Amino acid sequence: MDMNQYLSMFIDESNDHLQSLNENMLQLESNPNDLGIVQVIFRSAHTLKGMAATMGFEDLASLTHQMENVLDLVRNEKLVMQEFIFDTLFKSLDALESMVQDITQGGEGRADVSSIVAALQAIVRGELEAAVTVEAPSSTSEQTIPLDAIQLDEYQYSVLEQSITEGHRVLYLEVSIREDSALKAARAYMVFDALERSGEVVKSYPSVQDIEQENFERSFSLYYITQKEPGDLESMIANISEIDQVKVVSLDHESLKQMTQQSSNAAPKKAAEPKAEAAEKAKASADSTSANAAPKQNKPSGNAAASAPSRTIRVDIERLDVLMNLFSELLIDRVRLEQLASEIKRQDLTETIEHMTRVSADLQNIVLKLRMVPVDTVFNRFPRMVRDLAKSLDKKIDLIITGAETELDRTVIDEIGDPLVHLLRNAVDHGVESVADRVAAGKSDTGTVHLRAFHSGNHVFIEIEDDGAGIYRDKIVNKALKNGIVTEEQTAAMSDEEVYQLLFAPGFSTAEVISDISGRGVGLDVVKSKIASLGGNVTIFSQPGKGTKFSVQLPLTLSIIAAMLIKMGDEKFAIPLSSIVETGAIKPDEIRTVHGTKMIEYRNSHIPYISLSRFLDVPNYDETGEEETEIVVIRKGDRMAALAVDDFIGQNEIVIKNLGKYLPQIQGISGATILGDGQVALIIDPNNIIK
Amino acid sequence: MGEELKVIVFKLGHEEYGIEVDKVRNIERMMPITRVPKTFSFVKGVINLRGVVIPVIDLRGRFGLPESEYTDQTRLIIVAVNEMEVAFIVDSANDVIDLNSDSIQTPPEVVGGVKAKYLDGVAKIGEDRLLIMLNLSEVLNKSEIIQLESLED
Repeated sequence: MDMNQYLSMFIDESNDHLQSLNENMLQLESNPNDLGIVQVIFRSAHTLKGMAATMGFEDLASLTHQMENVLDLVRNEKLVMQEFIFDTLFKSLDALESMVQDITQGGEGRADVSSIVAALQAIVRGELEAAVTVEAPSSTSEQTIPLDAIQLDEYQYSVLEQSITEGHRVLYLEVSIREDSALKAARAYMVFDALERSGEVVKSYPSVQDIEQENFERSFSLYYITQKEPGDLESMIANISEIDQVKVVSLDHESLKQMTQQSSNAAPKKAAEPKAEAAEKAKASADSTSANAAPKQNKPSGNAAASAPSRTIRVDIERLDVLMNLFSELLIDRVRLEQLASEIKRQDLTETIEHMTRVSADLQNIVLKLRMVPVDTVFNRFPRMVRDLAKSLDKKIDLIITGAETELDRTVIDEIGDPLVHLLRNAVDHGVESVADRVAAGKSDTGTVHLRAFHSGNHVFIEIEDDGAGIYRDKIVNKALKNGIVTEEQTAAMSDEEVYQLLFAPGFSTAEVISDISGRGVGLDVVKSKIASLGGNVTIFSQPGKGTKFSVQLPLTLSIIAAMLIKMGDEKFAIPLSSIVETGAIKPDEIRTVHGTKMIEYRNSHIPYISLSRFLDVPNYDETGEEETEIVVIRKGDRMAALAVDDFIGQNEIVIKNLGKYLPQIQGISGATILGDGQVALIIDPNNIIK
Repeated sequence: MGEELKVIVFKLGHEEYGIEVDKVRNIERMMPITRVPKTFSFVKGVINLRGVVIPVIDLRGRFGLPESEYTDQTRLIIVAVNEMEVAFIVDSANDVIDLNSDSIQTPPEVVGGVKAKYLDGVAKIGEDRLLIMLNLSEVLNKSEIIQLESLED
């Protein structure tokens, strides 16, 4: 077996642990006296240390070890958490993160952490010199010898006996892995690997091959020759994550003999009822877990994210893309088949196709869900970032995250991180004022930054709102004039919204002092272009003195959507169902003209009435002169409009295709789809029609 | 000695044009085209070519020649240049010939109403046949079209 096999698992788990460490540290910072959180942090750090040591990343292990020492004092109430300690621990976390990053990129995970280690040691020494608690190996090596020992052949027996004579330690180990472990074989391998580094495994039960192939209950036992102390060994193995229990028994000539005799006696019985024996064993160890370690029991609740075995595999995103494309092809054929079946009208054909439709609908749900990831995967690093920023700027800021469970397509998630970091930094740096300014302005000294994500129609909105100073129009205008972005005549005619958009112009920065955090004059334009490249949009709302809101609108980029097909003359179009409020029909006398715009009354308010045929220059259809016109009421956020159409065809699942690279962006059209008859229909983009 | 080229020959009016064969994906008979609004006048719409949506350009329109009715002979030539796939509507396409690159000469300013910059050159084939070689990346250059359109406005 190769260690590399476990490297990716190690990386994933380390990242999970680091994330939970970060989260819990932040929690602890707001409640420094909650020792429960300290326990959780301690356990995470402990597991991380164990994993790092097993994988041979010494620097990682030693740094976590130092952190553990500090945390140990805290949880034993020998040390009170203070500002300085938090900072040092956060620094350690950063160092750990960069080491794991290095390992991820194929490095050795080495880093110079001596200053942090020294700081941690100083905390331990400086505050409480005597209490440097070195990991006390709690050796509970009882001398009771298990009955169901492994059977040794003569050769192995003599090897063991000789080792005892030569003064080596011969140990009998029983290791059980936690019941919920998803990768028993991997854990077992970690145990074997750790053991083989300081001794030799003579015999194991089940055999190594069986263990590799996961042919074992959750425990295994082995004979082992080493120089190490049984206690050390026990704590070393217990440090490996998901190990439930380790029992180490030191053997001498007599006990060895006794054990082998017993096992040979037990052998026939064993062969007769292996199942009962295994069950007994499992029960025995289960009993002992519940009896033995009360503090250990808390572990699952402590860091649920890391220890709850989410049975996942990681798949290359390209494979998902291929899957998606293949599925799209299938969907087009399905629609075609449905059409054929309705023409042929044969009962059994129709039934088969109906069944196929149901199956493919389920399949579609799964394929789409595969690509969706909660935005939390991006958001989770922000609390820490905002904390650090606020600290370095000497501001007090609460970051409130809502809607972290909102799901977005994976490709968007991958890209959206940097722009959001930028906008958040802006909010913290330029948005929220300094404590003195806030107090002077009669606000609470702690600023609030909201980070919200939510679905609306075919889009996901991410909003970053601060309650800071807001944007002053004059400031932007002056700056833009100075930088030669606009002329004075231009600015006079601009609405506030247009002025705010100037912030996104290349080479624009309003910060009075160029700070380290944001405001180097590059940035917001990059944010804007990045979001635009994702098919999204940014808008700014601001009230001087009250705060600023950046609203990022992103497409779900689902490649399959439900749509309403409509007809105009002999042309067909698709309107995404998600933006349709309802369909209906109106008479010409219901249309009123307000300020030169056609409006209709809809649910006690007036909404614009748009002739879709004129909007799309449809050649052979015009609704004027009709006695009754079909309308589709569409919506963008809270704005609505009625589109006049010729006829409804029906509702359908459509596959979104782009129009090819040659064509430029077309106003009001978001793409195309292929209908059951092989014809192309254009997809109408309601967001573009409602201005 | 220049290299040997294989060239697809098609007709617009009376002139014969050539496109190198390795840039051509398919030649198809005329098929239903879905109109795309608010775009260049020579873009006739999009077609579905085996599951891929491809824009269709009327080559006569692109070169500013008068457009003509589609007939049985009308063909769609699907080309791929600079990662773009487009289909050209041509009057007919029915020949593949071998050509030596030496026989291609720099074109005069205007050939058959087509500006020289859209051309790679003119090749003489046989006694009195002239083949106009197209410069596809120039034909599909959008920035130039946008300038043209804005001039017309």
